Amino acid sequence: MLPQTADYMRLLPEIVLTVFGMIVMVMDAAAEGRGEGRSRGRSIGRIKDRRIEKILGAVALVGSLAAITATFVQAQYPGFAFWNMVQVDSFSVFFHFLVAAVTAVVILTSFEYMEVQQIRAGEYYALILFGAAGMSLMSSAVELVLVFIALEISSISTYVLAGFRRRAAISSESSVKYFLLGSFATAFFLYGVALMFGATGSTNIATIGDVLRSGQIPLLAYAGVALMFVGLGFKVAAAPFHIWTPDVYEGAPSPVVGFMSTAPKAAVFAVLLRIMFEAHAPGRIGLIWVVAALSMTIGNLGALVQDNIKRLLAYSSIAHAGYLLVAYAALPDNGIPAAMFYTASYAAMNVGAFAVVSHFGSAGERYVTLGDYSGLGRRSPLLAATLTIFLLSLIGIPITGGFFAKFYVFSAALQANLVGLVIVGVLNSAVGAYYYLRIIVVMYMREPQQEVPVARIPVGLGFALAISLVTTIYLGVLPGRVLEYASRTATAWMR
Amino acid sequence: MVPVSYYLILSGILFACGVTGFLIKRNIITIFMSIELMLNGVNLSFVAFAAEWKALSGQVFVFFVMVVAAAEAAVGLAIIIAVYRTRETLNVDQVNLLKL
Repeated sequence: MLPQTADYMRLLPEIVLTVFGMIVMVMDAAAEGRGEGRSRGRSIGRIKDRRIEKILGAVALVGSLAAITATFVQAQYPGFAFWNMVQVDSFSVFFHFLVAAVTAVVILTSFEYMEVQQIRAGEYYALILFGAAGMSLMSSAVELVLVFIALEISSISTYVLAGFRRRAAISSESSVKYFLLGSFATAFFLYGVALMFGATGSTNIATIGDVLRSGQIPLLAYAGVALMFVGLGFKVAAAPFHIWTPDVYEGAPSPVVGFMSTAPKAAVFAVLLRIMFEAHAPGRIGLIWVVAALSMTIGNLGALVQDNIKRLLAYSSIAHAGYLLVAYAALPDNGIPAAMFYTASYAAMNVGAFAVVSHFGSAGERYVTLGDYSGLGRRSPLLAATLTIFLLSLIGIPITGGFFAKFYVFSAALQANLVGLVIVGVLNSAVGAYYYLRIIVVMYMREPQQEVPVARIPVGLGFALAISLVTTIYLGVLPGRVLEYASRTATAWMR
Repeated sequence: MVPVSYYLILSGILFACGVTGFLIKRNIITIFMSIELMLNGVNLSFVAFAAEWKALSGQVFVFFVMVVAAAEAAVGLAIIIAVYRTRETLNVDQVNLLKL
């Protein structure tokens, strides 16, 4: 019973990401050892350091692009791998592609950030790749224990990434908060898995689904679903498990925030889709209803009073988790595609927004308050225009991805007769428009109180912004293809 | 033979102790230990359910959980050291630059 070649092919993106991560680690260590031995002059050493970092970043970028290519190879081998632990279907391929693309964009953003913040990078890129491997694995895992392990691979990498500005006290503080609350949540998820195992005698999602569909649902299964939902709710920052989000997002490096607010979330949402729909989780609609309504309301109300743009976007991400969860209460055949579309368009606009924030922050992330953004429209029209489009997409204005994302989610909910939840959602979108527009107004209509320098946009960041901008607008103008792909997945899935 | 439900109750109590410790303790290391206690509570219920279902897989999961917990401990302690270096305290009430 040895694994076959096809098994490895079905795991190719994860393998590629891990191998490239290790290459980066080894190259970093090798370069460091040699640099100390040879160059005595410190300035020479530092210049060398910069060059090595650039090379490491480039290797990581190649790794993420290779992972994108690997998803296409993987797509040729649909089916189960490694004794029904991993399932490759169009659903998992979708999320693999999304995670790898976000990784590439984040690495492009990080080039400049690392240089400006003077962080010795090396393992930073490796950790991003390892984290991406965990997230990819999460989206194709159909075994709850494998989901747990993949969740931990991605979480442990992001805990470290959050604390990467080691000299800044708030960064390590955000890291420790993320670590403690994240592990706390993981323990809940694991307890849920244990109870599910007790209720059904299996940890395979499909088997659990069969057992739960076939007969009377044991009380333990309800407890298991609730506990797993608590654990995953923490990871996607859904209220009432959202308390860590603003603090962690404020302290962590901006490119990392762009990464962890999109890729791991998308992966966890994928897991949640599998658990909710494929495992036929009991008590789904009531649970989701409450959490979605709470997340939308708390997220939007919290964002209204924020002055720090990273905190504001953190609350906005809580609100968006709420909108996304609305799709989980809908019927599977239009809820699943709506949720998939939402994760994709949210990833595009949020990664882009954080790329702008990380560029504008400058050394030590000094310029992150709303006041610093005043007059940006005049000083750097291009940057301001880009950020404006991302913000309009976050509001959900037509011709941006955010509009169709919200539209599909709400129409899926309406078809499931969840009128109350849709009303809450639409009211919240109106509230949300206020604080996003506030940033735009500040950028274009307010005089700057102090001189805030804006550096030129470097090539890497330019590419990152262009990719997220094109994706956001593409999803807003021609949403058909992505949505069609997503609904084909859903039909294949519901058998 | 001890009935399975006893083990499950014990595991529930262990988990609850962990949650309580997480919520009321103020030292980061103690909080971290509480999380480990929660994980061990889960392990116990995995083993108990494995015995009840006569499925070996439940016992194998425990190994995975232990390995992951060890990895988490390594990273967690490193992060805690980083915090101690910048703040010189491990009391969560004093680690408060980011307002809650």
